[in-house]
Amino acid sequence: MREQNIRLKAEAVIEGEETFLAGVKDCIPTLLGYLSIGFAAGVVEKTAGLSITEIALLSICLYAGSAQFIAAGMMAANGSASAIIITIFFVNLRHILLSAALSPYFRHLTPVRNMLIGSLLTDETFGVAINEAAKRKRISEKWMHGLNITAYANWIIANIAGAYLGQWIADPEKFGLDFALPAMFIGLLVLSMVSRKQWRLDIVVGISAVVLAVGVSLVLGGNIGVIAATLIASTIGMVIERWK
Amino acid sequence: MRWDVLIIILGSALVTFLPRVVPLMLLSRMTLPEWGVRWLSHVPISVMAALVGQELFLSDGKWAPLSSNVELLAAIPTFLVAIKTRSLLGTVVVGIVIIMLLRYWIA
Repeated sequence: MREQNIRLKAEAVIEGEETFLAGVKDCIPTLLGYLSIGFAAGVVEKTAGLSITEIALLSICLYAGSAQFIAAGMMAANGSASAIIITIFFVNLRHILLSAALSPYFRHLTPVRNMLIGSLLTDETFGVAINEAAKRKRISEKWMHGLNITAYANWIIANIAGAYLGQWIADPEKFGLDFALPAMFIGLLVLSMVSRKQWRLDIVVGISAVVLAVGVSLVLGGNIGVIAATLIASTIGMVIERWK
Repeated sequence: MRWDVLIIILGSALVTFLPRVVPLMLLSRMTLPEWGVRWLSHVPISVMAALVGQELFLSDGKWAPLSSNVELLAAIPTFLVAIKTRSLLGTVVVGIVIIMLLRYWIA
């Protein structure tokens, strides 16, 4: 009986519930990159005409890099609220995949606690977490909160710092800052293709999306362009994959 | 704080929150159909490519003439840097420097 107890304890140690602090530490490698992107987002949001309060609220509530760039860009171009929200919905739809991919490692938690885990999920914290998942059957809730909250705090600080700097930049185009947005989309596009290693199919889908986005935007306006292109190009990709 | 900005912030926060949490909350109990997973797997590339297309080929919602399209020109080295370095930050920084130089030389 006693022997069994000892063995159970030993197993618990090996299973090793990772701590909050371990999650904080595992977040550190991603901090510098996102500090800079967050800073750039803050500058762009400020130069798009948002106030510091609005920028703080945006990074606290939305907490998504590319979406915040898009929101800033579309607001500066006087896009309608519904068009901005629908576009951001599609931009952030990829989180379904990330959230679904992590779900097997959090089966030990209740739905409400899973909601807290998911609410701060980003591309980077997903990347760190899925590496952690390769090492064990389930991910520690505390470790995940450590990772998530560190990334979240880093992002908000970077955004507000960027917003303060943005106040002093009268002409962002002169410094090429308006190109931060397309450059970031190019980076995200290339990174997502590199990790998949199915170049031909991805390039077909990508070019279809570009042609559709430009074509539909010219005929029906930019608001519908991105949405229509996303729906149709994703369907093209799905159909090609099925017929192959 | 402006009302329309507040609506945009809260609305986009809600439509971002749902895809983040719903699969984690539900998928411990069920799984997506295979075609749904496939369709979703193409969304990141479609949406990013669509945004890149809009940014590079259109200016204020109109076709940007190729002969004076500095952004499109700058996109070529930006793509190469992204493929070579696979670094998001590196791509953004190089892109900004390139467009700054191009505007300086051309204008």
